[in-house]
Amino acid sequence: MARTMTGAEMVLKALADQGVEHVFGYPGGAVLPIYDEMFQQDQVQHILVRQEGGAVHAAEGYARSTGKVGVVLVTSGPGATNAVTGLTDALMDSIPLVCITGQVPTHLIGNDAFQECDTVGITRPCTKHNWLIKDVNDIGRVMHEAFYVARSGRPGPVVVDIPKDVQFATGNYVGPANIQHKTYRPKLKPDQPAIREAVEMIAGAKKPIFYTGGGVINAGPKASKLLRELARLTGYPVTSTLMGLGAFPASDKQWLGMLGMHGTYEANLAMHDCDVMVCIGARFDDRITGRLDAFSPGSKKIHIDIDPSSINKNVRVDLPIVGDVAYVLEDLLRVWKSKAPQIDKPALKSWWKEIDGWRAKKSLSYKNSDSVIMPQYAVERLYELTKDRDPYITTEVGQHQMWAAQFFHFDDPNRWMTSGGLGTMGYGLPAAIGAQLAHPDSLVVDIAGDASILMNIQEASTAVQYRLPVKVFILNNQYMGMVRQWQQLLHGNRLSESYTEALPDFVKLAEAYGWKGMYCDNPADLDDAIKEMIDTPEPVIFDCRVANLANCFPMIPSGKAHNEMLLGADISDEDVGKAIGKEGKVLV
Amino acid sequence: MAQAQKQSHYPSQLKEEAEVQRTLSVIVDNEPGVLARVIGLFSGRGYNIDSLTVTETEHEAHISRITIMTTGTPMVIEQIKHQLERLVPVHRVHDLTLEGEPLERELALIKVQGRGEKRIEALRMAEIYRANVIDASTEHFVFEMTGRAREIEQFIVIMSELGMIEMARTGIAAIARGKADV
Repeated sequence: MARTMTGAEMVLKALADQGVEHVFGYPGGAVLPIYDEMFQQDQVQHILVRQEGGAVHAAEGYARSTGKVGVVLVTSGPGATNAVTGLTDALMDSIPLVCITGQVPTHLIGNDAFQECDTVGITRPCTKHNWLIKDVNDIGRVMHEAFYVARSGRPGPVVVDIPKDVQFATGNYVGPANIQHKTYRPKLKPDQPAIREAVEMIAGAKKPIFYTGGGVINAGPKASKLLRELARLTGYPVTSTLMGLGAFPASDKQWLGMLGMHGTYEANLAMHDCDVMVCIGARFDDRITGRLDAFSPGSKKIHIDIDPSSINKNVRVDLPIVGDVAYVLEDLLRVWKSKAPQIDKPALKSWWKEIDGWRAKKSLSYKNSDSVIMPQYAVERLYELTKDRDPYITTEVGQHQMWAAQFFHFDDPNRWMTSGGLGTMGYGLPAAIGAQLAHPDSLVVDIAGDASILMNIQEASTAVQYRLPVKVFILNNQYMGMVRQWQQLLHGNRLSESYTEALPDFVKLAEAYGWKGMYCDNPADLDDAIKEMIDTPEPVIFDCRVANLANCFPMIPSGKAHNEMLLGADISDEDVGKAIGKEGKVLV
Repeated sequence: MAQAQKQSHYPSQLKEEAEVQRTLSVIVDNEPGVLARVIGLFSGRGYNIDSLTVTETEHEAHISRITIMTTGTPMVIEQIKHQLERLVPVHRVHDLTLEGEPLERELALIKVQGRGEKRIEALRMAEIYRANVIDASTEHFVFEMTGRAREIEQFIVIMSELGMIEMARTGIAAIARGKADV
């Protein structure tokens, strides 16, 4: 039944009909009618951020930690342009978001009106789809289509741009029941012949590997369960991309750790030497493949992905399977069980023996210190002291992010929120706020760097307003560490602009926002300090002073193959410090 | 020293395969911005557009047909098709070249200025190429010509020697042979 109401009312009604509980936003002139409606209802709670960019990352953290669609509400012009980074981030990492933007009144569009920008034009390449609503009667339909598009198929962000006069206008609201999208019908179920072929290929493998990614997380908790079942049935090794951590338990003996540029030696070598690679919900990103013509040269590749454009984009595969990971794994397991194929046990045994040889390299080892906190040690301790609390971890971008991925271990999906594809510094704090809002009683920690945290530090204020006790654990080395690492390795140790000379006093900064501030620079005090942080009921900024020049290893240098990894043990900090000019480049 | 090549944190480009030309028919919802989405996809991902035509073909159903001629390696062409299909208002994409030698036609309007011998020669060539005169004065002709892109190009080369001062081309419209529809 269509009902008459204003456009602004329709927006709130549509959000309520979609089951939305939280909206992250920031008011402004062109969305005032919607904010006025927001004020007069109590079904949807609005979370006021301090900058629109923070709203989008918070919605991402919320979406990633719950599997729900994140919702953002911002004004026209600068509100919309500030949202662009977060939208691009969500597009790259396939996070479902609905971002509602206000727009100047219809008759002023194109007139360079105050706070006008071409929102649909600007966001076209950084959203899955976007709409400019010119008729109030379209609001109901478009809002419900927006949620459908955002969450279906390969999830992603969408923008709904609503001019102010349309928000004021009165029209008929259409509920979600009878909305069917005209064209968008992603294929969820796989072709059965491909499934049967996949079972044969997987069963016939002598050196198999499951290479899993964020698609397993996006396909829901069921997909993670099915992946575990498949791994258990086959006994094959499992590795994952940065985005897929948690889909397979890190405590399992079949787990090889993360693969890729800063992945483990065993994961990358197994990828390189395998004979059957089963890619499940990952996209052969350049951080994963390294040099393309030397990427896993001897393997047959099966690629399971819901997005046909991900298949054969970077790497040619032998068997593409288009479908939702959960559906595909379900079918795969059903066929596997009914056929009960014989796997080559002796071959598998010797494959594991080979893998154990690579494991014995202990590629994540580092030289610990009594006098200074090593960043790897800090993450290890944080993990050990929090693992029993089922924590949610977010990160910023840089060395600390890679150390978190290497040394924090996840046994369940949706616990790990990081900016993978776009690599957005400043993601972690707002994402932690979003995750904490969705899980008010859980421990949420943003493992941060000293440079990244300053990019969205204003959101500290949001955490206080909504009493969200997030913990920010800064691995403070006073450098943009990853930038410096590349400068040391590739640019003759000329540390151009990667040292932050005037860092704030993070303890005082925390206190200024009403947080608790903590400081630690002694390895002997670290455990007690971390325990104190966890036990603090308020939000905490923990300034963890770590070894300034530590670098992130192992590493596949640029233009190299998986079997040409640099191990940390090969290179001491001194070597890196001395890595000037030719010598430095020779190292890489 | 293997340092001749500049280091970057991105992998270097692979050796390119040979490029092929394809004619794609993209059936889309005729909604605002749909052409911008298609063109933005091509420019944003670095694909080539050799020719592009678009117009509404089914008024009642609000369906438009975009005919794109593009060039790329087979891997890139496959990407282009999948990326187009990923756009929400796209109904379907047909690779007309792959489905069989498609019928391809283009229309050109060509303005030629001149007097005397050249003028007579232009008119004679127009007859050979079956171009119609649709506007004329004692000092100019405007020719209308429909045909395959290659024929039009030949005609333009000739006319440029005979006083061509202006030209407009529509780009290619294409349809598959045979009784089946797309």
